[in-house]
Amino acid sequence: MSGLAASPAPAGAAAGCGVPPVLRERGQREVFCGLTGIVWLHRKIQDAFFLVVGSRTCAHLLQSAAGVMIFAEPRFATAIIDERDLAGMADANDELDRVVTRLIERRPDIRMLFLVGSCPSEVIKLDLSRAAQRLSRRFAPRLRVLNYSGSGIETTFTQGEDACLAALVPEMPAEPGAARSLLVVGALAEVVEDQFLRLFAALGVGPVRFLPSRRAGELPAVGEGTQFLLAQPFLGETARRLEARGARRLCAPFPLGAEGTTAWLRAAAEAWGVAPARFDAAVGPGAARAATAVAQRRERLAGRTVFFFPDSQLEIPLARFLTRECGMVPVEIGTPYLHREHLAEELALLPAGVTLSEGQHVERQLDRCRAARPDLTVCGLGLANPLEAEGFTTKWSIELVFTPIQGYEQAGDLAELFARPLVRRARLAV
Amino acid sequence: MELALWTYEGPPHVGAMRVAASMRGVHYVLHAPQGDTYADLLFTMIERRASRPPVTYTTFQARDLGRDTAALFMDAARDACERFRPEAMLVGASCTAELIQDDPGGLARTLGLPVPVVPLELPAYQKKENWGAAETFYRLVRAFAAPRGTREVGPPRANILGPTSLGFRHRDDVTEVEGLLRALGVAVNVVAPLGAAPADLARLCEADFNVVLYPEVAGMAAAYLQRQFGMPQTRTVPIGVGATRDFLAEVASLAGLDAGRVAVSSRLPWYSRSVDSTYLTGKRVFVFGDATHAIAAARVCAEELGFEVVGLGSYSREFARELREAARAHGIEALLTDDYLKVEEAIAALRPELVLGTQMERHVAKRLGIPCAVISAPVHVQDFPARHSPQMGFEGANVLFDTWVHPLMMGLEEHLLGMFREDFEFADGAGPSHLGHGTAAVPPPEPIPAGPAAWAAEAENELRKIPFFVRGKARRNTERFAQERGLRTITLETLYDAKAHFSR
Repeated sequence: MSGLAASPAPAGAAAGCGVPPVLRERGQREVFCGLTGIVWLHRKIQDAFFLVVGSRTCAHLLQSAAGVMIFAEPRFATAIIDERDLAGMADANDELDRVVTRLIERRPDIRMLFLVGSCPSEVIKLDLSRAAQRLSRRFAPRLRVLNYSGSGIETTFTQGEDACLAALVPEMPAEPGAARSLLVVGALAEVVEDQFLRLFAALGVGPVRFLPSRRAGELPAVGEGTQFLLAQPFLGETARRLEARGARRLCAPFPLGAEGTTAWLRAAAEAWGVAPARFDAAVGPGAARAATAVAQRRERLAGRTVFFFPDSQLEIPLARFLTRECGMVPVEIGTPYLHREHLAEELALLPAGVTLSEGQHVERQLDRCRAARPDLTVCGLGLANPLEAEGFTTKWSIELVFTPIQGYEQAGDLAELFARPLVRRARLAV
Repeated sequence: MELALWTYEGPPHVGAMRVAASMRGVHYVLHAPQGDTYADLLFTMIERRASRPPVTYTTFQARDLGRDTAALFMDAARDACERFRPEAMLVGASCTAELIQDDPGGLARTLGLPVPVVPLELPAYQKKENWGAAETFYRLVRAFAAPRGTREVGPPRANILGPTSLGFRHRDDVTEVEGLLRALGVAVNVVAPLGAAPADLARLCEADFNVVLYPEVAGMAAAYLQRQFGMPQTRTVPIGVGATRDFLAEVASLAGLDAGRVAVSSRLPWYSRSVDSTYLTGKRVFVFGDATHAIAAARVCAEELGFEVVGLGSYSREFARELREAARAHGIEALLTDDYLKVEEAIAALRPELVLGTQMERHVAKRLGIPCAVISAPVHVQDFPARHSPQMGFEGANVLFDTWVHPLMMGLEEHLLGMFREDFEFADGAGPSHLGHGTAAVPPPEPIPAGPAAWAAEAENELRKIPFFVRGKARRNTERFAQERGLRTITLETLYDAKAHFSR
């Protein structure tokens, strides 16, 4: 049997307890590379600039994804490797320095520059971390230069954010002594951050900091007393590096829907020894509002089947929310990568017997999807319109990364994202 | 290394994809890393295509590099052939696969696939998208075009060459040009690559001549057909009234027909002569795009709209000679570059009143506050419209008139602005008011809370975080909610209670 057609095998041996069997597949993967993370990270860290070192393909990807917005000042660019660099006729490091200097002249307001590795730069083994150190020395203290890889061969879509945040961890100042703090990790919408800040204040949990911060110069401190909550499920490397700096991860499901948000907040409340009565008083109104808002979409969603193609690693928490709070029936939950430790609490909440798949053979997965005829298919934009044309109702998955969906106040909006394509299909008479 | 804030063209394999996706019965197996499938979105989202492009990617990952990526390619090619049963296959590499040198062409040969395989050598670090499309189309034409047998008598026949998937208005241009040919009495033999199958390419020589609509894509193939089979080709691209007239004359002479059979039926000449257009005279315009569209636009500007062309440039280096010639005719120096920053510099220095360019020039124009219209790829989703919007032929000229005049300030407003400079609403630099968003200099008055409930500062702050286009609705709903419950103060809790209450 060919390498592309490896037979699906349950991964029971590698799985922790409570992990359902996982269908592992290899073949064509219809996913984004980690460079795509730049599309939202450049808005989150407002004084940062992302310079991809790669090929014309990388530049083309970025502008196809983000170029529909008209930028007076673009906050990302590509240093395109040409044949002179490949032939060794030009010293790649000199070339990079020249390009960065030109960029900095044009944009003196930039405070942090990310050199982002790509497939070509990784394959030719261009040492961008040393280049970042060299350029940091040269432009200090005005500009800090960091490096991470968003290459497709190493990262899938949201893993680009993981790689970026992991690069920020060594830059975070050290917390003096064992001062206690809560760190919320993962890029969140500003309105969501503010809601969480208020909830933690009501619980008496704090001080609370966020990674990434809104400005490059305001990175939170980290130390032995830091406990962190992951707000996103795709932050394996960032978590590892935070732990290496003495921080401890609080185990929790992810703050999607009322149930996920409550459990996520509870993890912090328990670590801070918050009394149950105070916890209930602080989260009660929000949880009740979330339930009210979700209930209004439940009618549309309950009993409907849903099929997830792999995209962002958000699939498992989303499937948990749709199953337990909206009454949907998952057919298959695909994920590009399954971090068993970080997803343990989520997996325990999934219904028994659900099919999980990790990795992808897109043609075979499409065959399974067509055979199952799900009521709603969550997939990327490369598949969405073609599936719609075949009569399937789809929810394009990338939107879930660009929309405020975490926390109580967004639970209704989250359910709405899945209800809307179904409403639309019912409504259109043409 | 080249600093690219924006790139005018994609890599050459995207050009090859455009040709594959244009045709029927062709499948492309592309050796490429995970993530390069982003290119599918160009077709499914920007062009809104209802099917997946016929491309199989090997999507190798880092862990595959230590092993046999060549085997990965061969498996993908074999599987794709079995699953999609194409009439012909294209095989090639993307930029990263080019570095690992697996030789897709050689590998595919060893597989002994049951269909013709056309290997593509597209040097990703030297060449770009249009070259990739041209080379791919040329390779396909070389592989399939066969000499013409005896053909029955009938009207003269022409092929239409060059239109592709993701081409700027190619869909509607083909409709226009087919209409022009029909009106002249010329039959259309094959349109390619758009809509053609390999079997259609085999019939190319049954035509008497080739109509080359987009030299960037079809130039190489048309030159081959001329060289190999003696097929003449048209040189005029029918964008603008004058060029359409010249095109008709050229086609008529190739077909041995009388061009006088087709009347000029565009509204542009009258619209442009009508007195409302007088103020357009001498407007300074900067033109940039692919060579074909830029050269054509410059002629329309100068001869048909009465503008002054102050800058003319292109990223199509393959057409440097033609562009220089055209620029000389306008008394200026051509700008040949694919460096966005150089184009920006040129525009900033020339300070034109209108920029006709690509999606990229819209960024420059926004930065410099200059009106702008799009005349060429690269373009985004809004330039693949639902309505009929050709650039070519007589209807195309109508479209050009409307599109290019629209971003300019209308005559009366321009006059009044010259007379009264201190108006609070129609201020200098506020932009044309017919575009709606020009009055941003004056902040819209915030409605004063009418009901008895007052907004707590915290809630008011929160309200500002709501996107502006739904903020008004959120405010109204919250106030109604508070009023119905007799609340005196609107707190954060009220805001979100109302949000939950009114959510659909």
